[in-house]
Amino acid sequence: MLTFIDTVGEAVAGIKDGSTIMIGGFGNAGQPFELIDALLDSGATDLTVVNNNAGQGDQGLALLIKEGRVRKMICSFPRQSDSWHFDAKYKAGEIELELVPQGNLAERIRAAGAGIGGFFTPTGYGTMLAEGKETRFLDGKWQVFETPIHADVALIKALKADGKGNLVYRKTARNFGPIMAAAAKHSIVQVSEIVPVGALDPENIVTPGIYVNSVVRVAGASASKEGQVA
Amino acid sequence: MSTLETSLQTSAEPLGRNELAQLVARDIAPGSFVNLGIGQPTQVSNYLTEEQNITLHTENGMLGMGPEAVGEEIDGDLINAGKIPVTELPGASYFHHADSFAIMRGGHLDICVLGAFQVSAGGDLANWHTGAPDAIPAVGGAMDLATGAKDVFVMMTLLTRDGVSKLVEQCTYPLTGVGCVTRVYTDKAVFLTGPDGVTVRETFGCTFEELQALVPLPLKPAVS
Repeated sequence: MLTFIDTVGEAVAGIKDGSTIMIGGFGNAGQPFELIDALLDSGATDLTVVNNNAGQGDQGLALLIKEGRVRKMICSFPRQSDSWHFDAKYKAGEIELELVPQGNLAERIRAAGAGIGGFFTPTGYGTMLAEGKETRFLDGKWQVFETPIHADVALIKALKADGKGNLVYRKTARNFGPIMAAAAKHSIVQVSEIVPVGALDPENIVTPGIYVNSVVRVAGASASKEGQVA
Repeated sequence: MSTLETSLQTSAEPLGRNELAQLVARDIAPGSFVNLGIGQPTQVSNYLTEEQNITLHTENGMLGMGPEAVGEEIDGDLINAGKIPVTELPGASYFHHADSFAIMRGGHLDICVLGAFQVSAGGDLANWHTGAPDAIPAVGGAMDLATGAKDVFVMMTLLTRDGVSKLVEQCTYPLTGVGCVTRVYTDKAVFLTGPDGVTVRETFGCTFEELQALVPLPLKPAVS
């Protein structure tokens, strides 16, 4: 059921220790900073987090990692010039890493939302990231079997939601939002604006409200307005 | 030295980084859909002309990417795969990550230009991980790009700082993709890779024989 929630704190209040959490965003674009901050404040720990990266600088996911709340990261690109909190935890052996090629990460998330039990993909064949995985020669090329990534909760940032939970995004901040909303059992979305039912053109809706469980308005939450350029 | 082999040399000097980017840009067919990797390949966009009508893809979810954003144009919601603020051109489109990688994996991109640590004679690519025990592995979209595009062009210097050829019989660094590279653009030569071995299309600042002395695998001169 769709609910509109007043604060980010209430929105994340039900997240349990040990949960798998998908967090939208590529770099800082589309990263739901306010929801992540609220998750940090909630005290939830022993989390498995699915995100393209492993946090940047001293904000958002990076802080969640710094505070030791993340047991395992599933991501494609953890190492960045300002990923010092992940780097330190990884080198200390205090965080587990499942490294996934970016397109396989996206498709594994999509598969979960689409009810697919697994798929064969050429990406990664013959590399160390495919070691131990089933391979088949299909369609003229070697392919690797990959499994879906499910989550208990997705934290997503969109631009607008209407009263039915339909979402539109902004530019490249869309990135993982639509597929994570579908893959998680419970999707929590922060938006800059909530508009009445009928205010969004049905032809232009990117995420249909059926994938959305909780919506919370966070004023001015576009990366540009906050100057949060990667 | 035969006339044929001498004629392969198209420049008296090795190419600089900008000249190499210019050469790659010139070789991209008009109307192509192209993804330029992070780092040196990004420079290729500086030399694409309007007449070429190239559409740039960025794997974080956009076709029709414009030049790097400056000043007032900078928008944190509009970045490229290197997380650099960019601009959108008329006719641009946005899509989610699964669609963006379906564009690659599905073979819809004509050309992808990538950097490399090593390329093998058979077109294997190593460009994501040194394999050093203390290195934190990070792959991003490198494997998807290497596997998906119709043509994979590599841009690199031919030699490491220690003077060792990066074009090798077999890669010693962890692989990004198997048999995926079709062309290698270096400061000293352009190589075409394929099932028939490595062909030298042209050389810069060296003869074919001098080039062969640097590269530890048999090279063939292109027949024009």
